[in-house]
Amino acid sequence: MKINRDVCDICGTCVAVCPVDAIVVSEFRVNIDNEKCTNCLNCLKACPIKAITEGDQC
Amino acid sequence: MLKEKYDVVVVGAGPAGSVAARFAAENGASVLILERDREPGIPVRCAEGVSHNGIEPFIKIDKRWIASQIDVAKLHAPNGEVANMYNNGTGYVLERRIFDTSLCELATEYGAELITKADALDLVWENNRITGVKFKHINEIKEVKCNIVIGADGVESRVGRWAGIDTSVALKDIDTCVQYTLSNIDVSKDTCEFYFGKEVSPGGYVWIFPKSDHTANVGIGVAGHLAHKKGPKEYLDEFVEENFPDAQVTYTVYGGVTTAATLKEIVKDNIMLVGDAARQVNPITGGGIVQGMIAASIAGKVAAEAVKKNKFNSKFLKKYRKIWDKKLGNTQKTMYKMKEKFMTTDDTRFNKIVEICQKIPEDEFSVKALFTEAVKGDPKLMLEVAKAFVASKMKLK
Repeated sequence: MKINRDVCDICGTCVAVCPVDAIVVSEFRVNIDNEKCTNCLNCLKACPIKAITEGDQC
Repeated sequence: MLKEKYDVVVVGAGPAGSVAARFAAENGASVLILERDREPGIPVRCAEGVSHNGIEPFIKIDKRWIASQIDVAKLHAPNGEVANMYNNGTGYVLERRIFDTSLCELATEYGAELITKADALDLVWENNRITGVKFKHINEIKEVKCNIVIGADGVESRVGRWAGIDTSVALKDIDTCVQYTLSNIDVSKDTCEFYFGKEVSPGGYVWIFPKSDHTANVGIGVAGHLAHKKGPKEYLDEFVEENFPDAQVTYTVYGGVTTAATLKEIVKDNIMLVGDAARQVNPITGGGIVQGMIAASIAGKVAAEAVKKNKFNSKFLKKYRKIWDKKLGNTQKTMYKMKEKFMTTDDTRFNKIVEICQKIPEDEFSVKALFTEAVKGDPKLMLEVAKAFVASKMKLK
């Protein structure tokens, strides 16, 4: 999963729906651990502003 | 000055965190609150509606943090019908920024200490026991020791995960939300409005909570599993365009509101979770401020008792769970089941609720009157939902 940081509001909704604890908000930045990620797409669907897309973080 | 060890460290200075800190400190515990932001209450991620009776037990009502007093809740059915529900001025739209700060100040008056710009990074473990919290204060990594950590870190609920608690919620059990504070609009300062239906907001609703006659929090929650193709922002933009074409947006906020039951596990050795972090949110209305404060007051007292008895294991701390379930947790569970049934039904449910509310004259509006009308038109479930919705949003006469 890939986060568009220009769009992300750091609201934490994606963290709450991640079943494998792959998303971390730390120091006012959301990070997805793609090693842990199972591509369930919960975060992408729950994001209120569609800041998450499929693909690896650049 | 930061001490090396406290009895209790609270992570998060929202309403739940501050109330937990206050009750722990008031009952004799030494307490430290860690707040990630530069002050409590920011950024506001909330529609800011509460009932007088809900907050009155926790803080002296102060007009500094009340934007408006609500007398009427106006329900808009999917078929366009409207019903007013009256509640005798016992609802408020808050200024959360000031409200949260006031609650935190109160905690400090009872002896709790506070560090802002303190971002919790992890728990500290010794011999498989939680013994503190690691955090970043401005630019410095620090550790503070404690016997109990209270996780009040909101919807993210990271503290719980660090402790090995599964805090994740199903997609269908979270509403994905957007809210604008609008200016240059005409609204009634004393009226909250709710719009229901799958065209407006699938699995959720649109709210208008006035902050004055010309400004309001206008927001939407869409059930997570129904928000994929068209998201809450698109629904809300359409709503605003249609209803408030001249509005300007002075504040935008995004967020998730859980519509689940309380987590299975809110207590472990040396740790308790409160508020949004424990998913203590009304699953039908999405209201969480009062529920969080009630839970936090219980947790704070239990924490102080644990300190006095020097018992920090889950066996003792489960007292918090027990009292919470009795007080609200079990009710929340029932509401969750109602929500589950309600979600599968179509828009006619909402039409019927509004129809029932319409039949009740203003001066006779009460849960009893609602009951009487609902029984006439039967559907049990519908009544329960209406009752729960009304009762939790405001205190009826």
